[in-house]
Amino acid sequence: MGLFAELRDSISRVSASLFADDSEPKRIGIYGPPNAGKTTLANRIARDWTGDAVGPESHIPHETRRARRKENVEIKRDGKTVNIDIVDTPGVTTKVDYSEFLEHDMEKDEAVRRSREATEGVAEAMHWLREDVDGVIYVLDSTEDPFTQVNTMLIGIIESRDLPVLILANKTDLEGSNIQRVSNAFPQHETIPLSALEGENMDEVYEKIAEYFG
Amino acid sequence: MPETTSEDGPGDGVQIDLISAERMSGKTSMEKIRMILDGVRDGKIVVLEAGLTPDEESKLIEVTMSEINPDGFSGIEIESFPQSETNDTGLLGRLMGKQSTSKLTVVGPANQIQSLHKDETLISALVSRK
Repeated sequence: MGLFAELRDSISRVSASLFADDSEPKRIGIYGPPNAGKTTLANRIARDWTGDAVGPESHIPHETRRARRKENVEIKRDGKTVNIDIVDTPGVTTKVDYSEFLEHDMEKDEAVRRSREATEGVAEAMHWLREDVDGVIYVLDSTEDPFTQVNTMLIGIIESRDLPVLILANKTDLEGSNIQRVSNAFPQHETIPLSALEGENMDEVYEKIAEYFG
Repeated sequence: MPETTSEDGPGDGVQIDLISAERMSGKTSMEKIRMILDGVRDGKIVVLEAGLTPDEESKLIEVTMSEINPDGFSGIEIESFPQSETNDTGLLGRLMGKQSTSKLTVVGPANQIQSLHKDETLISALVSRK
């Protein structure tokens, strides 16, 4: 980007923030690889602040096959109120093989249907990331290796769009959880440990949501 | 420039296309993505000297997803070296509108790449025939 284009963008960003309507909720996308616990987190946040859930949770990958939005979630922290729309997105991947679903006791027709929906869901999630979110909560399973190409690409895409991103190392309740490994993978960002399933360390998560997206 | 095709086709082995930065320069994002996916769908391993921008990577995932079908194409495996900090475009380069995206990238068909391993200085792929 040339100097003038950068200057023009900076001016438009400053003017947009000066005249932005603070009452408009920010759209925060929950992203990450399949089975990282994104829907469990989305449900935890939605239940804690609105009483409703966002969608069903499952150990089967690609349970979430459509981006789902929970609107007007009001989070209060230290006298500050943050109004966000939570967008729970399908786990991002570069491949979907219907035969993986057969391992979860599914008939072929059902497995094929699920894999089709999963691919549409991932494409939709990428589209949301490019066009429709104001910030990202990136969820990783802290028992898994975070140094994957999909994680690196997604964090790169998020950074290139200048979106604020909060990295969460989920599943700290499980044996084999390694928070340091997640921190080492993305040292340029703060990593917050949590167990969305058990509700551990959610206070810090809400503090950081208020700080990053408020 | 001659096309990188073989008369025998990839049926007898695995074809590897090494695509120079020069060949990719001047192409639009969709042309680059099409070139990569056409090669990968033919069973080729595509190695890009200069890689893709984050926006192009995002579109590559989106287009890949739209082309997956249960009895044929199951997606891609992709690995690239992280951008070296020493290669980052300096202030002068950025002022002149120059962006550094150089990062060697390997892309292949998910059903043929049995493992794709990366560390900081080596990408190692174990590839099977179709």
